[in-house]
Amino acid sequence: MTIMKSRLAALALAASIGGLSLSAPAIAAGDAHAPELPRLSWVFGGFTGQFDKAQLQRGFQVYKEVCAACHGLNRVNFRNLVQPGGPEFPEEAVKALAAEWPNQISDGPNDEGKMFDRPARLSDPMRGPYKNDKEARAAQNGALPPDLSLMAKARSVERNPSWWTHPFLMLGDIFKSYQEGGPDYLTALLTGYVDPPATVKLNDGMYYNNAFPGHQLAMPPPLSEGNIAYADGTKPTVENYSKDVSAFLAWTADPTLNQRKRIGWQVMLYLLVTTVLLYLGKRRIWANVKH
Amino acid sequence: MSGHTSSYEPTSRWGKWWDERLPIARLMHSSFVAFPTPRNLNYLWTFGGILMFCLVAQIITGVMLAMHYQPSDTAAFNSIEHIRRDVNFGWLIRSMHAVGASMFFIAVYIHIFRGLYYGSYKAPREVLWILGVIILLVMMATAFLGYTLPWGQMSFWGVTVITNLFSALDTLWAGLGTSIVEWLWGGYSVSGVTLNRFFSLHYLLPFVLTGVVILHVWALHVAGQNNPTGLDLKDESESVPMHPYATSKDLVGMFAFLILFAWFVFFLPDYLGHADNYNEANPLVTPPHIVPEWYFLPFYAILRAFTGSFLGLPLGSYAKLLGVLAMFASIAVLAFAPWLDTSRVRSAKYRPLFKWAFWTFAFTCVALGYLGAKPAEGIYTTMSQIFTVLYFAYFLVAMPVLGLIETPNKLPRSINEAVLGPDAATATR
Repeated sequence: MTIMKSRLAALALAASIGGLSLSAPAIAAGDAHAPELPRLSWVFGGFTGQFDKAQLQRGFQVYKEVCAACHGLNRVNFRNLVQPGGPEFPEEAVKALAAEWPNQISDGPNDEGKMFDRPARLSDPMRGPYKNDKEARAAQNGALPPDLSLMAKARSVERNPSWWTHPFLMLGDIFKSYQEGGPDYLTALLTGYVDPPATVKLNDGMYYNNAFPGHQLAMPPPLSEGNIAYADGTKPTVENYSKDVSAFLAWTADPTLNQRKRIGWQVMLYLLVTTVLLYLGKRRIWANVKH
Repeated sequence: MSGHTSSYEPTSRWGKWWDERLPIARLMHSSFVAFPTPRNLNYLWTFGGILMFCLVAQIITGVMLAMHYQPSDTAAFNSIEHIRRDVNFGWLIRSMHAVGASMFFIAVYIHIFRGLYYGSYKAPREVLWILGVIILLVMMATAFLGYTLPWGQMSFWGVTVITNLFSALDTLWAGLGTSIVEWLWGGYSVSGVTLNRFFSLHYLLPFVLTGVVILHVWALHVAGQNNPTGLDLKDESESVPMHPYATSKDLVGMFAFLILFAWFVFFLPDYLGHADNYNEANPLVTPPHIVPEWYFLPFYAILRAFTGSFLGLPLGSYAKLLGVLAMFASIAVLAFAPWLDTSRVRSAKYRPLFKWAFWTFAFTCVALGYLGAKPAEGIYTTMSQIFTVLYFAYFLVAMPVLGLIETPNKLPRSINEAVLGPDAATATR
């Protein structure tokens, strides 16, 4: 009988843990809503937008001079910087850039069976400064600077409209083809450092950020006015740096965007014309049949 | 239809040679050319053909993706990125496959609601309908397995939550559920082993699906198509040959649907997914929000409606088991629709009360979909419980009761009368 009882108790416990694992994340999401972040206008946004080469080049400059100190772009190869639809730097310049990139490529084993580091080539990824996550955490006081290749797709802006506006906002987003939640979030994050409210006690080595869920972020404010010298006359403000590097990261996360939308319009045109022609043909075929 | 004799006449020597040995052209001719279709079908009847397109498109894009995909916990996520970035038009193929899954579900849900509205599940189409429910189940399994493969955070945690549902069986028999879960996982947690077997099954199930679809089409061609009046075909003047009549209409429907499809593929490839799935799976970090794909949300809402108490009724430790059972029952109940509906009138067009029940049910499904995406707390849980009751009430109350108490509107005597008006009822087309 006691065995039976303890077994039942264990079952109840298992069931309640099971139930918890289902509901706990939802509760966590319920009380820690990220603040509503503004939607910005992007040249690559919507169904017609395309990347602006000059903006991607400025964004790359911000990445190289600031972000690259801690973050890698492991899914982006140097050759991608040359390809159409991206920053489109000249090939020779990118070759030189790769050769001088401070984070070299581990290669080998060589003929003596030894691993060695060598300068990067066009076909190599843009490595960050750390060989692995453990080295990164050791150097960063336990925090892990994530790889940024996909960041613009892996983040988005949460919205919590009331139930009756929800369907209309959804249809509006579909119609306008809104996909820029990632860059919106990244810009809000980079410009979102403020002094913490008096009620908040910051943990050691943390910084207060308006956009970050939970608001305590281990990354110190990376940008300050004038710390990158733009060559094309764009104002060196934190806001411009943030927008440019967010646009650059939107490209690293979606390098085929330009081609995708261009082909998309050709396909749409074909489908619209064909649908009309098929409809006219169908009317002709059914002309003598009441239905 | 079953008694229909073939009008196929091979004209060439080559055609005659084959016709005497393997009359496959004759089969195709009777099934898709001369097959009589009711003259009054509307555009909702084009979704069968659209679904056929979706299935073929998913298989073709899927086979192409499988040439570049690597089903292992260390390589899966990277191989998807490899497809997006380095494979020629890989971004297009992947987008078509991922968006295609959603489009498949949009089409299948419209197809099902059409069947419910016009009473297509009633005699003599019960087997046709049940095969359809099986198709839906296999589709859901395939989509769930497929969503695992990118091995992002939402993939990983979605699998963890859903496979864990089977552990609810522990409430019935100690250890039963846990054993099933470990058997599904191939270990003590979701891992690369799980991913590997899910990939194998994800590649297998579409072909099982194709087999059931062939039976579905066969059953359709035996019973014949239903139509907006729900009346049986009386004679040949009420039908038109499938080709070129139905086929020309199907093509219009399909291309209109493709416009929507292409809009998402080219301009909103990630809209129907979740941002968190662009983070690689990490067993140590639980995402703040675990949400299934949109097409599972109504069922997810039913699952989560069963908390400690259901509309004031205490459930205790049985809550999870009841939630799981209710979720599966919400699909299984569809299969019983032919016998739950007591009305002899098929089409809701002539059923004033049932029409209301139908639209309430449609709203209920949308509401459950909305609630499935919300956190399971407070008012959302209460609303989920109310709509869960409404969901089942449609099948278990509205279907049997309305058939008995409702007075249907006056039915036309024939399809011809509905189309041509009462004066011309005897006229042929």
